[in-house]
Amino acid sequence: MEWANQLCENRQFGSKMTDSKYFTTTKKGEIFELKAELNSDKKEKKKEAVKKVIASMTVGKDVSALFPDVVNCMQTDNLELKKLVYLYLMNYAKSQPDMAIMAVNTFVKDCEDANPLIRALAVRTMGCIRVDKITEYLCEPLRKCLKDEDPYVRKTAAVCVAKLHDINAQLVEDQGFLDTLKDLISDSNPMVVANAVAALSEIAESHPNSNLLDLNPQSINKLLTALNECTEWGQIFILDCLANYTPRDDRESQSICERVTPRLSHANSAVVLSAVKVLMKFMEMLPKDLDYYSTLLKKLAPPLVTLLSAEPELQYVALRNINLIVQKRPEILKHEMKVFFVKYNDPIYVKLEKLDIMIRLASQANIAQVLAELKEYATEVDVDFVRKAVRAIGRCAIKVEQSAERCVSTLLDLIQTKVNYVVQEAIVVIKDIFRKYPNKYESVIATLCENLDSLDEPEARAAMIWIVGEYAERIDNADELLESFLEGFHDESTQVQLQLLTAIVKLFLKKPTETQELVQQVLSLATQDSDNPDLRDRGYIYWRLLSTDPVAAKEVVLAEKPLISEETDLIEPTLLEELICHIGTLASVYHKPPSAFVEGSRGVMHKRLPLGGDIGGSPAMGAGFGAAPAVMPASLNAPVGGGLGDLFDLGGVGMPMGAYIPPKIVWLPAMKAKGLEISGTFARRAGVIQMELILTNKAMSVMTDFAIQFNRNSFGLAPAGPLQVLTPLGPNQTIEVSLPLSTVGPVMKMDPLNNLQVAVKNNIDVFYFSCQYPISMLFVEDGKMERQVFLATWKDIPNDNESQFQIKDCHLNSDAASSKLQGSNIFTIAKRTVEGQDMLYMSIKLSNGIWVLAELRVQAGNPNYTISLKCRAPEVSQCVFQCYEAVLKN
Amino acid sequence: MSASAIFILDLKGKVLISRNYMGNMDMNKVDHFMPIMMRMEEDADSSPLVTHGSAHFLWIKHRNLYLVAMTKKNANAALVYSFLYKMVEVFKEYFKELEEESIRDNFVTVYELMDEVMDFGFPQTTDSKILQEYITQQGHKLDVGAPRPPATVTNAVSWRSEGIKYRKNEVFMDVIESVNLLVSATGSVLRSEIVGSIKLKVVLSGMPELRLGLNDKVLFEITGREKSKTVELEDVKFHQCVRLSRFENDRTISFIPPDGESELMSYRLNTTVSRTHTHTRVHTSPLLHVNLLSSVCQVKPLIWIESVIEKFSHSRVEIKVKARSQFKSRSTANNVAIMVPVPSDVDSPKFKTSTGSCKYLPEKSAVQWNIKSFPGGKEYMMRAHFGLPSVESTELEGRRPITVNFEIPYFTVSGIQVRYLKIIEKSGYEALPWVRYITQSGDYQLRTN
Repeated sequence: MEWANQLCENRQFGSKMTDSKYFTTTKKGEIFELKAELNSDKKEKKKEAVKKVIASMTVGKDVSALFPDVVNCMQTDNLELKKLVYLYLMNYAKSQPDMAIMAVNTFVKDCEDANPLIRALAVRTMGCIRVDKITEYLCEPLRKCLKDEDPYVRKTAAVCVAKLHDINAQLVEDQGFLDTLKDLISDSNPMVVANAVAALSEIAESHPNSNLLDLNPQSINKLLTALNECTEWGQIFILDCLANYTPRDDRESQSICERVTPRLSHANSAVVLSAVKVLMKFMEMLPKDLDYYSTLLKKLAPPLVTLLSAEPELQYVALRNINLIVQKRPEILKHEMKVFFVKYNDPIYVKLEKLDIMIRLASQANIAQVLAELKEYATEVDVDFVRKAVRAIGRCAIKVEQSAERCVSTLLDLIQTKVNYVVQEAIVVIKDIFRKYPNKYESVIATLCENLDSLDEPEARAAMIWIVGEYAERIDNADELLESFLEGFHDESTQVQLQLLTAIVKLFLKKPTETQELVQQVLSLATQDSDNPDLRDRGYIYWRLLSTDPVAAKEVVLAEKPLISEETDLIEPTLLEELICHIGTLASVYHKPPSAFVEGSRGVMHKRLPLGGDIGGSPAMGAGFGAAPAVMPASLNAPVGGGLGDLFDLGGVGMPMGAYIPPKIVWLPAMKAKGLEISGTFARRAGVIQMELILTNKAMSVMTDFAIQFNRNSFGLAPAGPLQVLTPLGPNQTIEVSLPLSTVGPVMKMDPLNNLQVAVKNNIDVFYFSCQYPISMLFVEDGKMERQVFLATWKDIPNDNESQFQIKDCHLNSDAASSKLQGSNIFTIAKRTVEGQDMLYMSIKLSNGIWVLAELRVQAGNPNYTISLKCRAPEVSQCVFQCYEAVLKN
Repeated sequence: MSASAIFILDLKGKVLISRNYMGNMDMNKVDHFMPIMMRMEEDADSSPLVTHGSAHFLWIKHRNLYLVAMTKKNANAALVYSFLYKMVEVFKEYFKELEEESIRDNFVTVYELMDEVMDFGFPQTTDSKILQEYITQQGHKLDVGAPRPPATVTNAVSWRSEGIKYRKNEVFMDVIESVNLLVSATGSVLRSEIVGSIKLKVVLSGMPELRLGLNDKVLFEITGREKSKTVELEDVKFHQCVRLSRFENDRTISFIPPDGESELMSYRLNTTVSRTHTHTRVHTSPLLHVNLLSSVCQVKPLIWIESVIEKFSHSRVEIKVKARSQFKSRSTANNVAIMVPVPSDVDSPKFKTSTGSCKYLPEKSAVQWNIKSFPGGKEYMMRAHFGLPSVESTELEGRRPITVNFEIPYFTVSGIQVRYLKIIEKSGYEALPWVRYITQSGDYQLRTN
């Protein structure tokens, strides 16, 4: 209230009449006074009173006690007053849910007002009142507003569906609002389309499995048309939505890119970045030799550069994203080094980001300029920036070999400045340069040693000690230098202690005669006087090595070190791909996947780039033929059981009956694949998933050079080896091949879940097909859960995750069913019979660690079984049920 | 998708006004914002994005206000910042200036605007011209003349209302080019860039269709008129009224303009060195490379500064500055201001100039040399002398660059020209386009030793 009081004083004699006068009633008994005024007969007085209430609310005062009186003012013919009452309701309805009901009638009435502004206002406000009881009453007005003749009302109603969904998702689904929302994507008005897209995206984000944004070429076409007509914000909603789509082929991909590129000329930086996201993603599908591909690459550079003229905050977002883009596609900005030169008045966060990108773009062609700049920066005053600049010089030396010498001399110049933090930073990077180019720049060691005393940061001290130890034979007084550090051994940080221990051992191995005492001293300091287990352990290892076999010690301690790699801070490829899919968002600014910082997003699948147009895949994609690291959706890792069991129970599980293998079907007809016919099925044999293929050559010429690749799929299935077709396949020849599969490939959720997209290559062409595998292939042999664990898990999994299915016309008794299911790794844990009904409790474990628990009810004489499935990842239930049906009926 | 809530805070972090858009976060979380900012400031750190637990704050500062968006999702950060700046623009249109006092004086309107410009975190209409048609400060009676949402809000042409009428139809066009320059201490041009902007003031009735013709190199190449003098625009950005796909197809700039003042387009030209040069010179030695680069500059810096700043510790600083205008003598730069940095502890300034006047600005630790009129092809000198205290300050000072401000009327450094502006309206009125050119300094920095 301070400022209100202050204002009161300031304005006592002021003649200007502004809203601030409403802040002045802060005396005692205020609520009482307001109450009287709110109930006044005079309209003007009423309005003034409501304004005072809102003013109090604004400064954080609790005026909820006035709820009934304010709500009484709701039925007014004054628009401004109505808006204020609505505002009040939004703030306090949640704390007064019972009284909020009083407002419902007016809302419903306002939703039918003749003025569209009022209709929209009512539906907008109702959606913001997060009170369960009210939401029920919202449905009918909302339904009408979604079909309103005025687009302003429709666009507001579209957003209201998302609001309502956030409060009560079930209600929205039951009322069929989602379908209405989907219909609005075809609305004639661009703003309605944009808001419908935004609302659907928002809903889909919280329900990743709902398949709400059923994007297909037709709906994409509608979105692209609306893109040209809607507001800048609408364009962003649409572009962000487009980015979730995976085009069917490179042609579709190109045509979308062509229609998105004009957005790069939009004045709004956020539109530009969202367009860049779509292009970066879809470009992945274009063959690299396509002319259009290089045209597109060229088109991306200028808008990215222009983003650097935007406001600093937007520049920052742009720079964080450019950092990703240059890692993914360095060719786009390789000639644009200069635009990242730092300006004196850039904010520090912009400076640091520019520096990072400069290093990424540094190459032999531009290194001279880069170094000149970095040297300039290293003499600035901002400590963080200077340190980073010095570090950058070191990174240039490591990255561009031809520049190493120049970098080292630049660093030496900087050391001469004697600015403490510059010296320390320089020594740390020189150590790295020594690692990269051993035995090349030792001449500088003397200069480094001069600065020994000024080093007070652990990292710099450790670096210096490493250098002394590593080059002990060339430093005459190495023992003295190291001894000087030893005095305060226990005050040093662990990093320095460990380094000192190693350095002295190195020294001893190089000059054993003079340094025996020193080494004993350090070993005893490390092993006897230290509490740090790492230090003690390392000390003991050295001690034992030295005392048992000095020759071996020499081989171990003085072994040749592996060279350090050029780029140390590259983002890991799978993460980079995911981040590219999130360009413009917080994830791209943090350089972290959304699951790392958004609560409740653990079940959300990681976004991935689409599979490349050429089957080899670019090396940057890391995919190639198989060996990419698997990224499991975090939620799927939840209950993992029997880790040790795996070790002791290697495949020794008896199989009472064979596992279910579906019959082979034709996956790729010959007419679609220039004469190559592929049929096949999946099997699990002795714990190994096999893709069993029959390749038939129905063409006139010989086929050779077969290879196979999978697109990312839900369970990370990937070929565990190459496709073994060793001899050429002559015309009319058939070959049966069995391809073992692993489950450590890249993961992307597919629809349906068990869909697998396959590319097969031969000397003629590349062919694509998709097939579905029975999920039972993924049921592992150690899927039998302990009874107790089963009970606990069953209780623990929320009831929402339970689904029920019927299996009709099954004539097995429960024991037969049980043993048949066990053949496919569906294990019965317990059986109970209640009133002639057998209840079988079963467990299944998927290759990615997901457990599925089942209850199968079999009534004697009734051919219809009931099955309930419970799983933490309920999206697999449908597939599991299909397996039950397939196994039991075959 | 974007913001759960938006707050306007004063400099102390106290909430002046706020709007909870999604209702999915505790509004009190904003209390953590300022303490985090203070902590960062202590560490000489700064970031436009701060985090507290699951809450992410994206903020901008305007005058004595913080505009803060709060989210707990993976929001589109670019959209949020861009929206916050848009909000500032809207408030400025409404209240002339956006500051603490204008928020308090107009809190009812601020609430109304916040309700209208964003819904559930999705930005809606942010065009202040259109907003002003239905969000007004007068209390309206609903039955008589209460405003309705203008059709414009949801129309494909969402920036211009129908039924606008003027007695005299005119369009005023300003072509403004800002020159950004960065020169190293050794005198080589590191970056030189022109950021151009075409601003419109439209006084036209009805729904006019406009077409703008520029001497755009790409357009001339398409139409086969390559001999004329043209300009190669590196990147062009348009107001949302311009049909982007049309431009992409045949470089036609066609649009229905917003009424009144707006920025139609902006463009950027890099004049440091053409890109093909960098490419072909990869094989030359790096040092030679630098020299070549500075010699193939396409456009000479308009005002070139050479400076000698000599610092004699404990006694004095002597400064010599030579300014040369490198454009044709028929043009004149006006209001030239050259800021030369000096140490913060100097005293007793003395100046001598061949033209113009000098002023010591202690608050900026700089000397400002003002030259009212600086014709092309001239060279002027300035000398300054300062005393230094015998006790040297221990604080390290950064080497700040010399900055220059100027404007040159009736001149574009890029050579861009408006060839025509066609105005067609179905009522068939005649309308006059007026064009004015001006070049000015942008971020014009020359580093010092």
